[in-house]
Amino acid sequence: MASSSERSPPPFPESEDPEVLEAAVPDRDSDEDEADDPFLSASNTPLTRKDTPAAPASPDDSLVTSSQSEHRSASRSSEDFMDVLNISAKAALEDPADDFVDILRGGASAQRGEDDAPAEGGAADPPAAFTAPVMELRDGWSASSTQKPLVSEKIPDPLVELLGEASTVTDEATKPSGEVVDLFDDEGSNIFTGAVPAEPADIFTEEDDTMSDTRKHSVKNNGVHSAENTDIIAEATVELSLDSPRNERKKKPTPTPSLPAAASLTKPECSALEEVEEEEEDRCDISVSVTDPEKIGDGMTAYMAYKVSTETLLPMFRNKTFTVRRRFSDFLGLYEKLSDKHGPSGLIVPPPPEKSILGMTKVKVGKEDSSSADFQERRRGALERYLQRVVNHPLLLQDPDVREFLEKDELPRAVSTQALSGAGFLKMLNRATDAVSKMTIKMNESDVWFEEKLQEVESADQQFRKLHTMAESLVVHRKELSLNTAGFAKSAAMLGSAEDNTALSRALSQLAEVEDKIEQLHQDQAANDTFGFSELIADYIRLLGAVRGTFDQRMKAWQRWQDAQAMLQKKRETEAKLLWANKPDKLQLAKEEITEWEAKVTQYERDFERVSATVRKEVLRFQKEKTKNFKRQIMVYLESLLQSQQQMIKYWEAFLPEAKAIA
Amino acid sequence: MTSLDDNSKEKLRSVSVDLNNDASLVIDIPDALCERDMVKFTVHTKTTLSSFQKPDFSVPRQHEDFIWLHDTLVETEEYAGLIIPPAPPKPDFESPREKMHKLGEGEASMTKEEYAKMKQELEAEYLAVFKKTVQVHEVFLQRLSSHPVLSKDRNFQIFLEYDQDLSVRRKNAKEMFGGFFKNMVKSADEVLISGIKEVDDFFEQEKTFLLDYFSKIKDSTAKAEKMTRSHKNIADDYIHISATLNAICAEDSVGVEIRGLLEGRVASDQELKLTELLRYYMRDIQAAKDLLYRRARALANYENSNKALDKARLKSRDIPQAEEHQQQCLQKFDRLSESAKKELTSFKGRRVMAFKKNLVEMAELEIKHAKVSLTAHPIKHTV
Repeated sequence: MASSSERSPPPFPESEDPEVLEAAVPDRDSDEDEADDPFLSASNTPLTRKDTPAAPASPDDSLVTSSQSEHRSASRSSEDFMDVLNISAKAALEDPADDFVDILRGGASAQRGEDDAPAEGGAADPPAAFTAPVMELRDGWSASSTQKPLVSEKIPDPLVELLGEASTVTDEATKPSGEVVDLFDDEGSNIFTGAVPAEPADIFTEEDDTMSDTRKHSVKNNGVHSAENTDIIAEATVELSLDSPRNERKKKPTPTPSLPAAASLTKPECSALEEVEEEEEDRCDISVSVTDPEKIGDGMTAYMAYKVSTETLLPMFRNKTFTVRRRFSDFLGLYEKLSDKHGPSGLIVPPPPEKSILGMTKVKVGKEDSSSADFQERRRGALERYLQRVVNHPLLLQDPDVREFLEKDELPRAVSTQALSGAGFLKMLNRATDAVSKMTIKMNESDVWFEEKLQEVESADQQFRKLHTMAESLVVHRKELSLNTAGFAKSAAMLGSAEDNTALSRALSQLAEVEDKIEQLHQDQAANDTFGFSELIADYIRLLGAVRGTFDQRMKAWQRWQDAQAMLQKKRETEAKLLWANKPDKLQLAKEEITEWEAKVTQYERDFERVSATVRKEVLRFQKEKTKNFKRQIMVYLESLLQSQQQMIKYWEAFLPEAKAIA
Repeated sequence: MTSLDDNSKEKLRSVSVDLNNDASLVIDIPDALCERDMVKFTVHTKTTLSSFQKPDFSVPRQHEDFIWLHDTLVETEEYAGLIIPPAPPKPDFESPREKMHKLGEGEASMTKEEYAKMKQELEAEYLAVFKKTVQVHEVFLQRLSSHPVLSKDRNFQIFLEYDQDLSVRRKNAKEMFGGFFKNMVKSADEVLISGIKEVDDFFEQEKTFLLDYFSKIKDSTAKAEKMTRSHKNIADDYIHISATLNAICAEDSVGVEIRGLLEGRVASDQELKLTELLRYYMRDIQAAKDLLYRRARALANYENSNKALDKARLKSRDIPQAEEHQQQCLQKFDRLSESAKKELTSFKGRRVMAFKKNLVEMAELEIKHAKVSLTAHPIKHTV
């Protein structure tokens, strides 16, 4: 254990050679062999509040759970647990290459195994100064900056020593380290730079899993605190802060920045990731337009089809430009798929415009009046903005359904989107139950950030709703104005014809003309109000709804977790009772149940944390996007107002000499 | 309590009727006080005429005093052939007051800023109504003073000079009813005499023109009023929208941009000017209406005299008396016709001038407002 203190200095992320780090890793494992029982001594206080990042559902879930259960069974007796760890560590030492390859391929459980220690350590030591950074890690965005000096303070040993240490370690471990290095260089970097974003994320998620996992054990075991831990802790914290930036660095060059990883990273990295996002936003490499609304069919079976044209530079698409025809229900179908897939994990899935029975019926009936044209234009615009939002979302763009929607010639008909179908009814029912459960769940918010954001979103929603009513009334009033102006123009023309003074008569008819033009102007402006302003606001109301949806999802996840915890508690009580009553036959069953529920609790907690992180990230992204887009749109709208004002000036200026000519 | 300062008065002048003011008698209303429903105007007179005791004096007058003056003038037979300027409409502060009340009720639903903005807007509207009220009263007096005959009227001079309260009796119910009845008779009379063949081509033309013009201008006024109302609505919408937008911007720490509050201001200003134009139309209509009545009365008189003569001739009794009466009526009618002709011609000129002035002003205002909102926009863009 003495060596661990020497080893602890972590290299600065940028300057550090990956080999060194990787060399240190197996070494630490071997260290754990010697170490008595670091896990036992852990107290879980800091970690409970630690913001554990999350990632979207990974294919490795099953694996994780299985390994967790393994751990759990082990953890029932601390001895067992230690054994397992030791064994695995030993195994890693004995045959690291295979092991690591397997592990990495299979879901990086080894990585997890290694990280158990750091995480555990970091969480474990209340007196150590590290609790503070850990907390900061959770809270502050600037944590990364505070972290670095702290690390260097704590561990004065520079890189040199580390290198030396590493070399000795390599000597000790001989083969393993070399293998591992190779492996990390090849496989690891592949994974990190690979176009599949889910993988790295998983690694870290699992890392977190195990953190909470081990924490659980420590809670149960309630071990004594040992002084030796400090070192491990130091190392662990460092390791943590080290890991992510490195990944970060590796991730940067990836063509489509793998955002799930961002979710799994702890706070300090988030700020760095934001930059990545920024970069990504700046290049607009895909644009979708919806054009040519066309009525297909007749009568009540008629539907609207739209041309969806995509222009992209992304390599994931076969062509640079392509066009497909989609009907309205396809858009809805896409949304259904996306929201089913990504909604529960906390992504903000941009909602499409609502189905409008009234508007559609009008179109179906085939009335070619202005209101149905208005409706079609509104909807077309809304659909375009909807699709644009979907493809602008880095995660949703990766979704095969989105790609299919944009590329594939024929889509299976979306059936569940019909408003009056059985599926529609079911959906309504679901929504109703959701609403009820939403009201009944009383979540005591542990994170102030979410509380604030939720409030923000809600007040924004209110504001936007207000704005929307106003915009609608503006449209109505503007239309009224244009009508009244037309009336006045006519009346002025009549007055002009009745006037017997020729100059005045001419001026009046000129006035009539001017008013006529202004009427046209108002009409155009009304259209502008509708499409440029009112619709925009309506969009944001829908989007804010989606944002609230993600908060609800988070709440649901929380509720699940809480329920599971309550259940676990109950099971434990039963166990205690059985123990007291001395019924060994049932005791075994109870224990099994406890294990089962523990797994569930862990799983749910992890889910919750993942959802939380995703929601957090999504909300931030949404807000940034909102500000940017909203500003742009408002600018465009103001620009149009400006133009109409300019036109107005022209009209009146033309009229002025006429008025002056009256003699 | 609202009072007008001289500054705003200057602006007011610009819309008043184009009058050939001579320096011998200059009247204005430099100040007015509003106490609940009563408006007290301070009528200020500057004169070189010897019929007044002092060259410079002011008296407090109420709206009812103006009405009294108008009624007396109308009832004076000598002025039958003249266009008596229309009486100023009763001050109406109800609508802005009501709006203010409504605003107070809806205070809770609005942000502070929004409320302040709305209040400010309403106050501006209120002030505008107030100004307009003062203005119409002033114009009434100015038209009287610029008229060669009416300016010599004794009652008018009393109205200007008598520094005590005129204590004009309000019309009581009977008189009100009488007035109403008279109006009925007059309209019935108008219908009756409308069948009579016009002897003078000028009047015939004038009559058809005025009737036609009256209906048209009435229509225009209604339309313009509607248009103005829509403008006002839009201005209100703008206020709300800009307030809400600002609130949203405040929430977004990044701040989208400060949407020009000016937008609303411009629209409402525009509205004010349009209303002024409208008021002008109204005044013109009233003058035209006036003229019509006068003409109708002249015609009726002529008709009556003719009838009387016919009757007398039929009965071959009191013929000399009837003839004399007919002669009198004829004379009167001729005199009336003559002065009416003069009046109508001058009315026409005045109307054309007024239209010109107002149309020019309106065009200029529209341009100004559009330009103001144009200059307001760049500010928004840079924010």
